[in-house]
Amino acid sequence: MNTLSDSPIVVISSRVLSPFIQLFALYVIFHGHYSPGGGFQGGAMLAASVLLTRLSVGVDIGELQFRRRWSTRSSAIGVLIYAGIGLVALLMGGRFLDYSLLPLGALAGPELRSMGILLVEVGVGMGVMGTLIGIFDDLMEGEGGA
Amino acid sequence: MKFATPLALTLFAALLIYAVSGLPNRGDPSAPEHRAESAAGSPGAADYYTRNAYRDANTPNIVTVILADYRGYDTMGETTVIFTAGIVCYLLLRKRRS
Repeated sequence: MNTLSDSPIVVISSRVLSPFIQLFALYVIFHGHYSPGGGFQGGAMLAASVLLTRLSVGVDIGELQFRRRWSTRSSAIGVLIYAGIGLVALLMGGRFLDYSLLPLGALAGPELRSMGILLVEVGVGMGVMGTLIGIFDDLMEGEGGA
Repeated sequence: MKFATPLALTLFAALLIYAVSGLPNRGDPSAPEHRAESAAGSPGAADYYTRNAYRDANTPNIVTVILADYRGYDTMGETTVIFTAGIVCYLLLRKRRS
């Protein structure tokens, strides 16, 4: 199965839309401190942009955008970032996930906790994105597609 | 018998709408969930969050502070649940090399 759709309208419009969806997803993740949003929502949108390409041109070509073997690694790295930040805080002498003790240079106090929240949200986003793409790829492989 | 289901649903909707009229207003400081002290005398969590979220984490979005900072352990569990779902799909559906 090379392409799911032969219509040039579907292929081109999904190719045009995908990067803008990714840009807005990054905005949702990194602006989660000031507006509704965060890691879960942004990660789901990142996955949606990749899945849009895969649905329109097929997994073989969609793999040029995001390799299939990256998905499980991405979700594992996301969870590791989250748990690792908690462990770093633990090793620095604080409690688990106590962001005010992360070793991040000049930042301290509330600013450091704000940065810790951002790092954790990036981890959540990577985890959600990798998991959603991985589930889609696994289902496609079960269908005999891919 | 044909009208029993719509009638039951309408009555239930009326009951729910009547119950909504008894809820406190949004952001009412005297509502039970916003009290600084519960009826048993223990400190209320929502009151602490709304007062101290910006001071503690320098983040205007209180929801983000609660989700990722005060309740960070819970969010880590949620991420692990999603990761586990992905791993299970991987193990069940991906073809093994033979």
